[in-house]
Amino acid sequence: MHLSELRGRLEPEDRARQLAARLVLSAAETSGATELVPIEMAHISACHYSGRASLDFAEFLLRNNARFAVPTHTNASLIACATPTLRPESTDPESVAGARRLMEIYEQLGATPMWTCAPYQQPDGRPGFGQHVAASESNAVSFFNSVLGARTNKYGDFLDVSAAIVGAVPFAGLHTDSGRLATHLFRLQLPDSASDAERGDAALAHLVGIIVGRLTGTRVPVIDGMGSLGEDQLKAVAAAAASSGSVAMFHVVGVTPEAATLEAATGGHTPARQTVIDTGMLADTRAALQTRSSGSLSAVCLGTPHFSTGEFGELLRLFDGRSTRVQMLVTTSRAVLAEIEALGWAQQLDDAGVGVICDTCTYYPPTPTGVSGLVMTNSAKWAYYAPGTLGVEVAFGSLRACVESAVCGEVVL
Amino acid sequence: MIDGRSLHGGSASGEVAKLNDTISFWGGIDMSGTIIDHAHPQAGTAIAGKIVALAGSRGSSGTPAALCEMLRRGTGPAAILVTEPDINLVVGAMVAAELYEVDCPVVLIEPARFDDLVAGEIVQVGAQ
Repeated sequence: MHLSELRGRLEPEDRARQLAARLVLSAAETSGATELVPIEMAHISACHYSGRASLDFAEFLLRNNARFAVPTHTNASLIACATPTLRPESTDPESVAGARRLMEIYEQLGATPMWTCAPYQQPDGRPGFGQHVAASESNAVSFFNSVLGARTNKYGDFLDVSAAIVGAVPFAGLHTDSGRLATHLFRLQLPDSASDAERGDAALAHLVGIIVGRLTGTRVPVIDGMGSLGEDQLKAVAAAAASSGSVAMFHVVGVTPEAATLEAATGGHTPARQTVIDTGMLADTRAALQTRSSGSLSAVCLGTPHFSTGEFGELLRLFDGRSTRVQMLVTTSRAVLAEIEALGWAQQLDDAGVGVICDTCTYYPPTPTGVSGLVMTNSAKWAYYAPGTLGVEVAFGSLRACVESAVCGEVVL
Repeated sequence: MIDGRSLHGGSASGEVAKLNDTISFWGGIDMSGTIIDHAHPQAGTAIAGKIVALAGSRGSSGTPAALCEMLRRGTGPAAILVTEPDINLVVGAMVAAELYEVDCPVVLIEPARFDDLVAGEIVQVGAQ
C-alpha cells in the first residue's frame, strides 16, 4: 500500500485512527519507506504502565472508539492479577492502580489478554514463517524474526498500538529481504578438550546472547558453531542479545530458518565484521553478569522471558522431590500455567515451595515482595537488569545451579 | 537558528544540552529530566526545558512513553535535535502534542552542525 492511500482514507472525526495513522506515516517518512505492508498480528507493550501518559493514551483510544485491525496480544503487565501480594498497592499506589486500569482498557479495546513477553509459546501468539507482524517487546521481536522467520521491526510504545489499529507498518528494515541479511559473524570456538557438560551448559546460550548483543550494535548477527539448539535456548539468546544490545534478529547456522548455511544468512556476502567467542570471553561475561557468586540467598527468580512448559518439566526433574529453602518465583503466561495445571505439575511445584506468577516479570520496579539482598537467576536478561531496576545483588547460574542453590539456601555454582 | 529537516513541528528556544552518546529515555533519564545512566558521558545533566542535541535514542521500546510522560510533567526537553532519524522520539513528541498540547519539535540536523553546537548556547528552533 502506498502512503498516500492511508492518508486519503482518514476521517477527521475519527481521532484515534487519525493519530494512529499519523504515527505510522511519520514512522514511514522517518525510515524513508514509501510503501506500507499489511500485518497479520500485533504484540503490544504500550499496555505496560510506565507513567500517567500510558494511561492517558489508552483512555484517549477508548474515548475515541479505537479498534484493532488485526489480532492484538498483550505483553507482560506491571502487576500479577492473581497474586496482588507480589506488588501490593500500598507500595506504589499510582503505578499499581494505573497498571490495573491499563489492563482493563486494553481488554476493552479488544486485545487478547495474554500478558506475556513470550507469546510464541502458545499457538495463537505464534506468527508463521514470512508473515509480517508488529511487535514491541525486545525478546519477542527477536524470537519472531530469528526463530519463526516472521517479519517485524521493534516498534516502540504507541507506535505498536498504532500499527495494530492501522493494520500496516512501513515496509522497511527487517520487513525487507535485504534488511534480514547478516553482516556480523560470530564463531563459537570451544577447545577440543571442552567436556560435554561445558558444551551442553544451559547458561551457554545466555552468555553467547550477551556477547552478541554487546558487540553487534544494530546490525544483524549470525552465530556459527552452536550445534543444535531448542526453542528455550534460542529464547535465551534472543532475550540476552536484546538486553545487552539492540539485536532484533539473529541467525544461527544450521538452526534458524533463514540460515540453513552461513551463505544463506549473509546472502553470500562476506560479513563486514567477524568475532570469535572463546572460553575466556565466556568466563569474563559470566563474571560480569553477577555482582556476587557466593553467600546466603534471599530468593531465586526464574522465567525471564516467561517459562515454557518444557522448562517447568526440567525444573521439577531437577528438584526431584526436594523443596526450596528460599523464596523461588517463576514467571510465566496464563496459557502455560493452564498446561502445567492440566499435567498435574502445578501441585508438585507448590509442594516444592515454588511460586508460579502470571502476567508480569520480577525485574520490573516496584520490587516484588521478598526479592532483596542476594538473588539468583538463570536468566542473563534478569541478571543484566535487576541490579539497576531493583537494587539487588545477583548470582547467575544454570537452572541446575539455581535449583541446587535454592535447596541449600546459598549459592552453589 | 538551526537548519535541518523537521521530523515533528513546533517552535522553541533555549539552552543547548549536548549529549555525546545515545540514550534510552526509559531508565536512562528520570522523570525530573535528569540523566541517570551512570555510563553516559553527560550523567547528571538536566535536560528539562533544554534544546537537547544527540545522535538519537537507543534501547528500550519504552522511550516514546517516557518522553511523553516527561513532556506531560513539564520536565521534558523544549526541542530535540537528532543526527539520525529517530522514530521513538518523534512518536513521544507527537503523542504529547495530541494529548497535552505540548510543543516539542524534533529536527534532523547534519552531523557537522551537531559538532558546531556548544553546550549552553542559546538557539531557536522553528520546525514546520
